[in-house]
Amino acid sequence: MTYWSVTFATLKKDIRLEWRSKDALNSMLFFSLLVVVIFAFAFDPLAEESRHIAGGLIWVAFLFAAVVALNQTWARELRNQVLDAYRVSPAPANALFLAKALGNFIFVSVLEALMAPLFVVFYNLHVLGPAWQLIPIAILGTWALVVNGTFFAAMSLRTRSREIMLPLLLFPISIPAVLGMVAGTTAVLTGDNPAHFYIVLLLTYDVVFTTACLALFETVLHAE
Amino acid sequence: MKRLFPILSVVTAILLAYALYQALVIAPTDAQQGDVYRIIYYHVPSAWTAFLLFFINFIASVQYLANAKPSSRTAAKWIVLAIGIVGAIACFLPQVQQRLPAGMRPNAVATTVLAIPAFYFLIGKCFPGERLDVLAVTSAEVGVVFCTIVLVTGPIWARPVWGIWWAPGDIRLTSTLVLWLIYVSYLVLRRFSTSAQTQMLAAALAVFGALDVPLVYFSIWFFRTQHPQPVIGGGGSMDPRMLHVLLINWLAFLCFAFLVCWSRYRLELLHREVEEAHAMESLAGATARPSHPLNRSPQ
Amino acid sequence: MNSLKFLFAAYLATWVIHAIYLGTLVRRFSRLRQQLKELGKGK
Repeated sequence: MTYWSVTFATLKKDIRLEWRSKDALNSMLFFSLLVVVIFAFAFDPLAEESRHIAGGLIWVAFLFAAVVALNQTWARELRNQVLDAYRVSPAPANALFLAKALGNFIFVSVLEALMAPLFVVFYNLHVLGPAWQLIPIAILGTWALVVNGTFFAAMSLRTRSREIMLPLLLFPISIPAVLGMVAGTTAVLTGDNPAHFYIVLLLTYDVVFTTACLALFETVLHAE
Repeated sequence: MKRLFPILSVVTAILLAYALYQALVIAPTDAQQGDVYRIIYYHVPSAWTAFLLFFINFIASVQYLANAKPSSRTAAKWIVLAIGIVGAIACFLPQVQQRLPAGMRPNAVATTVLAIPAFYFLIGKCFPGERLDVLAVTSAEVGVVFCTIVLVTGPIWARPVWGIWWAPGDIRLTSTLVLWLIYVSYLVLRRFSTSAQTQMLAAALAVFGALDVPLVYFSIWFFRTQHPQPVIGGGGSMDPRMLHVLLINWLAFLCFAFLVCWSRYRLELLHREVEEAHAMESLAGATARPSHPLNRSPQ
Repeated sequence: MNSLKFLFAAYLATWVIHAIYLGTLVRRFSRLRQQLKELGKGK
């Protein structure tokens, strides 16, 4: 089997499992809705500055939703010793990583696609800058969170307090990406500044850390 | 070796006292900030020491990861050598010299770049095998202590001078905060990990942290150009007398950091010795027990 | 002067942090030595 066939086979398996059970998806959807509503109560959506803070609020909401989603990613593999089977198989370790990361990316993107319109509604947002730029920001930003999140979720597997370990490891490393996402989104929403640099920053971040994750995943997978 | 520690402690104590005297009495008063600027003599040496320790942790982590396989071990050595040589030569090429930020002399940059392979090989020689990991945890922990001091003294300095405790766009303090967060998460991973391969995981995290640092710096730098912020700690050149006192304080804190690291290093070695003794004891206990039911021959 | 109290606060904070850390090192040392002694007796 080639590298890509292994990756896509694993990805299809994950999607099929998730689609059949749907419990993670349903609870995540409801959680995302709750987050948006709480933020709408916490930060007055009618204020003049709402456009300035909406970028930050949206991405903080996405960040928390992503962490909850990522925590569940590897839990499935631990049951029935699936992870041990992967270790022993001749499939390249980072094909598994890529499949997991892509699966998470799809999952989190679905959540974002559902949460974003809710934010627009609650905060009466309309975009003053070039709206198309929100798409690369969203894609690159989500990948930045997901690629490191998948890696650190695997790292936290053999730790006590696994659920808190993931955000503890993920948040510090993600700070430049979060800055890029939030500042970029705010720049597009307010139209005050160009968002080009932030898109380049996110792209650089994604390239650097995707490479690092692929290179080091085998080490993490074989950690007993 | 045993007697060296007390002697060095006394020397360090004297140096620290002398440095304090220099900082509070000898150094001239700043024209703009008055006497409160003297915080710099504790703030900046702590920062330089912390960065040096984190750099040592990074080198040790990379080497620990590379030494896992003989092929990667040799490859890493060649890559590090190449970085040093190419980097040092590049500093003297006119195209590169133009790109260097103002105030950085090519000699200084070349020396810094050459420090990378120098540290790599020196550390590899003095700390073989598992000792690399002991060095990594030592430098990370002591580095966090010094970094905490930077983050505490920074706002204490900012408040009387700028009227604010913190400015989110202040690139140096914010980058230091992120560095502190990354290394605290490194220490948390080491403490909470139950894997037998904790050292490898921690080394991987250290590499991630090191990759992150330049990205943090540039992201805040660009953010700051769009949202101007006050620069805490000031910039620009320094009165040579002040620089002199600053270097004395740095030397004193380096000696102090060395002693603290030495202590922590010995503590870690003792810790591993105790763990090994525990393991041996449980093994001895297991073999001394009466034979396992499976071994008993059928009656 | 008002700002001098910040100067002394900074210097004091530095040494307090160092003292706390050294204190934890000493405590960990004594605990480990105790454990090693007990293990030696156990044998």
